Amino acid sequence: METRSMTLNMGPQHPATHGVLRIQLELEGETVLKAYPIIGYLHTGIEKTAESKHYRKVIPLTDRMDYLAPMSNNLGYCLAMEKLLEIEVPEKAQWARVCLTELTRINSHLVWVGTHALDIGAMSMMLYGFREREKILGIYELVSGQRMMSTYFRIGGLAEDIPPDFDTRVREILDLFPSRYDEYEDLLTNNPIWRNRTIGVAKISPEDALSSGLTGPLLRACGFKHDLRKANPYSSYDKFDFDIPTNDGCDVYARYLVRLEEMRQSLRIIRQALDGMPEGPFVADAPGIVLPPKERVLSEMEALIFHFKIITEGFCPPEGEVYQGIESPKGEIGFYIVSDGSPYPYRMRVRPPSFVHVGALDKMCRGGLLADVIAAIGSIDIVLGEVDR
Amino acid sequence: MGLEEKIPEGILLTTVDKMTNWARKSSLWPLGFGLACCAIEMMSTYGPRFDLARFGMEVMRPSPRQADLMIVSGRVSNKMAPVLKRLYGQMPNPKWVISMGACASTGGVFNNYAILQGVDKILPVDIYVPGCPPRPEQLIEGIVKLQEKIKSESVRRKKK
Repeated sequence: METRSMTLNMGPQHPATHGVLRIQLELEGETVLKAYPIIGYLHTGIEKTAESKHYRKVIPLTDRMDYLAPMSNNLGYCLAMEKLLEIEVPEKAQWARVCLTELTRINSHLVWVGTHALDIGAMSMMLYGFREREKILGIYELVSGQRMMSTYFRIGGLAEDIPPDFDTRVREILDLFPSRYDEYEDLLTNNPIWRNRTIGVAKISPEDALSSGLTGPLLRACGFKHDLRKANPYSSYDKFDFDIPTNDGCDVYARYLVRLEEMRQSLRIIRQALDGMPEGPFVADAPGIVLPPKERVLSEMEALIFHFKIITEGFCPPEGEVYQGIESPKGEIGFYIVSDGSPYPYRMRVRPPSFVHVGALDKMCRGGLLADVIAAIGSIDIVLGEVDR
Repeated sequence: MGLEEKIPEGILLTTVDKMTNWARKSSLWPLGFGLACCAIEMMSTYGPRFDLARFGMEVMRPSPRQADLMIVSGRVSNKMAPVLKRLYGQMPNPKWVISMGACASTGGVFNNYAILQGVDKILPVDIYVPGCPPRPEQLIEGIVKLQEKIKSESVRRKKK
């Protein structure tokens, strides 16, 4: 009997593609011969838009790339700019940044565990994940006034000093979350349906993982102990004590275990950051780059002039180019900025982890079943805003 | 006077319009589909804290054929616009559109080559919800406003 393969289109409107990803699948029966991702349905032109904005006005754009981890994006951009401008960020700002980016990591992983489990069929997980996420959004709102797009980090430090009840509110999370993680584990880790849908599914060999450029939890689920927080410490991560979870499973289940353990390690880091939060200024002393405090703007002529100049003209960093990569919840997010000495970036290029990871989708799905494509997409934890930018 | 005195107890009189609108507004089925950041806030609205089920709204339909409300949640790129138009066309009448967030309503911060400057260029929008992204309470407010709007519609007038 003659058989032929079938081409199936999945997306861009599909409940399990986490946004507007479109995949062209070549199938033989239920088996996937080829998975060809087609991106660009959320192309926003962020890199191009950045070229027409002052350096400090680019920060809100970075929020809207990986909208599940806005603070990580802010941090990557701010660190790159601080490297270019050679600004030393005060310790308090660095520790607050660590604390908040780790909260962001948990935030992102909570959405991942909720939606990923929802796709595979464990519907209640989504409600659990979003229940805990509201607590972290509460912290975002406390520090910045916005639930999601906080834009709290600035070049040189933070937008405002951390509020007085920040410490107690974050400690509530620290006390509450370990038991909630146990709940997730009770629901999923030994659940036979979950194990059947994830173990041995969407495997990628360690060699392929390296050659595809995977980073973050995906790489660590292939047994590589690579984490930029340890390998190339930034924002005083070298002063914190934490472990990098790895797993040799290379499959969806291994990625699940790695991310779950990462959430626990993040709590460890946050606790250390709160315990040792240094006193001092929250923003670097860099006149002409950092906005002067409001009281001084209203009382001193010089501060008023600086304020006016930064808002209207921006500032001109030295000519040159800079790259800074950080460990975002999804993997390595890198910012490459070229400056020509004008107040606008000549070029800003983002190295988004999700974009690279979507490239490995074909390797994961090939030879698997059609239903496992959903598990693979969920385990990659893509955010289309970051893939398409 | 008139008919009301003649009918036995336990029977209520109403108009076809009121009856239909009451049924339509109490069971809006949104298309389960998200575009960008606002979609995450939309999910929070469906989530445990804000619980949109209180307004008879939680049945997300993955297929446009069974949906009667489209929440455009996020920026619409020029590549996505034809897809969105097709999805709207696939929805059966009567149907409504909520434009959620600054990007869907006006293009928001992305005034550039890639983003459609307002989804009302391609779809008839009923309610605009401002914010970047709007808080879940804002979306709920928008939905309640839409329900009020549906209450004032008539079955005789073909919608759009």
